[in-house]
Amino acid sequence: MANEKAPFDKIIEINNVTKSFDGKVVVKDLSLSIRRGQFVTLLGPSGCGKTTLLRMIAGFETPTEGEIYIEGTPITSIPPYRRPVNTVFQKYALFPHLNVFKNIAFGLKLKRVPDPTKPAKVKTVTVKRDGVKVKEQQTVEATRKYTKEEIADKVNRALKLVGLEDYGHRDVNSLSGGQQQRVAIARAIVCEPKILLLDEPLGALDLKMRKEMQLELKKMHDELGITFIYVTHDQEEALTMSDVVVVMSNGVIQQVAQPKKIYDEPQNAFVADFIGESNILTGVMEKDYLISFLGKKLACVDKGFEKNEKVDVIVRPEDIVITKGLGQGQFDGEVVSTVFKGTYYEMEVLASDYEFTVQSQLEFVPGSAVSLSIAPDSIHIMKKMLTVNKYVGEVTGENLVTFANGDFEVPTQGFETGDEVLVYVPFNAVELTDDEEDGVIGANVSQSLYKGTYYQVEVRTDGYDAFFVDTPDEWDMNDRVGIKVDGSKVKLEKYDPQEDEEKADEE
Amino acid sequence: MKNRKHKAKVFRPTAFSFPYLAVTVVFVIVPLILVLVYAFRGDDGSFTFGNFAKVFTQKENLIQLGRTLEIAALSTALCLLLAYPVAYILASKPFNKMAILALLFIIPMWINFMLRIFALQSVLTAIGIPKSFWAATIGMVYDFFPYMLLPIYTVMSKLDKSYIEASTDLGADSVQTFFKVTLPLSLPGVISGVSMVFMPIFSSYAITKMMGDAKTTVIGAKIASLFENQSYGNYGYGAALSFVLLVIVLLVMLLSNFLTNRTQKAPKGGVA
Repeated sequence: MANEKAPFDKIIEINNVTKSFDGKVVVKDLSLSIRRGQFVTLLGPSGCGKTTLLRMIAGFETPTEGEIYIEGTPITSIPPYRRPVNTVFQKYALFPHLNVFKNIAFGLKLKRVPDPTKPAKVKTVTVKRDGVKVKEQQTVEATRKYTKEEIADKVNRALKLVGLEDYGHRDVNSLSGGQQQRVAIARAIVCEPKILLLDEPLGALDLKMRKEMQLELKKMHDELGITFIYVTHDQEEALTMSDVVVVMSNGVIQQVAQPKKIYDEPQNAFVADFIGESNILTGVMEKDYLISFLGKKLACVDKGFEKNEKVDVIVRPEDIVITKGLGQGQFDGEVVSTVFKGTYYEMEVLASDYEFTVQSQLEFVPGSAVSLSIAPDSIHIMKKMLTVNKYVGEVTGENLVTFANGDFEVPTQGFETGDEVLVYVPFNAVELTDDEEDGVIGANVSQSLYKGTYYQVEVRTDGYDAFFVDTPDEWDMNDRVGIKVDGSKVKLEKYDPQEDEEKADEE
Repeated sequence: MKNRKHKAKVFRPTAFSFPYLAVTVVFVIVPLILVLVYAFRGDDGSFTFGNFAKVFTQKENLIQLGRTLEIAALSTALCLLLAYPVAYILASKPFNKMAILALLFIIPMWINFMLRIFALQSVLTAIGIPKSFWAATIGMVYDFFPYMLLPIYTVMSKLDKSYIEASTDLGADSVQTFFKVTLPLSLPGVISGVSMVFMPIFSSYAITKMMGDAKTTVIGAKIASLFENQSYGNYGYGAALSFVLLVIVLLVMLLSNFLTNRTQKAPKGGVA
């Protein structure tokens, strides 16, 4: 396999794929290419569109827009049974009426392989050329089915690969979860797919079993040399196994990189928060290599930001050096709580009104006065994802603008009823209410990031519009809230669809 | 004392089963014993195998038994052929959220059985189908169709979609997926549907009596006529005949249970 020359280095190309269900966008204008032989993990919280993306590659869903290519061939019109991919399903989906052997042999019995002993046939087929149907002569290689012996041989090899040699005759329901998982993997790889798709395959296993299977899957990937696309919401799993991690949220790719890079250099606050523990703060870039946050100026290794640009600052808990006594680091603080985590202590340290999460081998009891220092290369600085909420709306009356399916009171001077407008709502102009009825529209809390002195909360309306809110209060995930907007802080702009699209292209 | 107090507090759930047990004894077990007693009782009240000998030696009985098996098997097969595709369609994607459609097929079950037969009889007469074997068969199929549809539909609508996806993922097109996955997994529904239709048809006689011609008499009708005829000797004969019928139905049930057990790994459903 390895010495065969690969005709396409990129085995999968996903081009501007959008998928919506009943108008609800699940995958949004997503592009991604995957190299042959890689172990790629799609990582994200539930509902981020990762499984939908996998199902589109498998052929169970069709993209609403865009195209997916496998080895350069567009596949959206190819049914799943003709795609060179096989899937390991989340709940295994082993056929209950077949034993282990027959489950694994299922695909092999259907498969046709080239038969060089028979002459090729010439067939007349009708093909579409530039929209016109043309009859064409095509040489079709003679094919045959696998013989019983070949099938038995392949199934037994697959069973051996997953460590279930003597289980062929067993009933699939008599197997443990881990064994069923192995059968599901064997059933998929025995068909020798070019790409193996795995949809949270270890989700139903206990922790110990999961760790074992992670290593085994990695080993299998190295042995088989085929491309693995793995879907999970477990960041540790993703970092352990993958060559490349694709972090997704809300149907959009946040970052594509190697596991180490994802961890060390997260692209934005979402990735940093999702991958491991993080201290996420808002800072201001004073100049190149100098950042200020929590009232202190610190040296850092980043440059290329605008002067005084607001940025997200991310510091990993294990990168903060904690020492006894005050005045020995950049921040003085007091330990609020200490939890022993097996190999280290995790402490919450209150310093400059911010609760730092710190991990250290040393234990400090709550109440201790400590100093915190952060090395320049431990400060990760990233552009703020968004600084303002932007919507397309319509002026529907005097001082009334409709956007995100809600009618908001906003001064409309200079606009007329019926005008299409761009609505800019600063994060601090949004107010969340406990009672949905008190707000103009209802929404669910989908994300909450602590930014040092305030929380940045993301809520999603039923129409799936996102509102970012800066608030001093903490909101629980999936809480139902109402949204109010301070109209005086909202900015309106004339909306010109064409111009807006051009702008988007430039970006 | 303490002990008794304690005992009084404990209320065993099995106590709930006593009323049902009593009902079963009075209405099922005692009548069955009575049937057996009559079957083995001669005219003079002595023990005899004569009634059974009469059942098996009279050629007419065997012909009618064959006729009954024929009409039951044929009606069951037709029911299955009609109900399976309907269940498949009703459980498939565009309709599976519209339980109301399935309900439409079930509603006739709520209407009095005899009323339905009268109505169908008038319709058949109106379109020129006389009383005959086929008219009786149509009556049977019409009457028992919902009992075939319901268990198959239940199994099909509970069938995990991921099996279908796994099948297509492994290279099976929709026809292959149907025969290799959907059909075998829906077998438990088919088996319970078949037993729910076959057994009542086998022992029913009202439909054949009303819709069949003189040649289309079933064994049920014979038994009924034996009991309707008040002469005492017929009781023993009729009881023996019912007993034979019961054994045949029992055998069919055992066979269906055996088949269900063999396919029991598939998702269960249906009513049997």
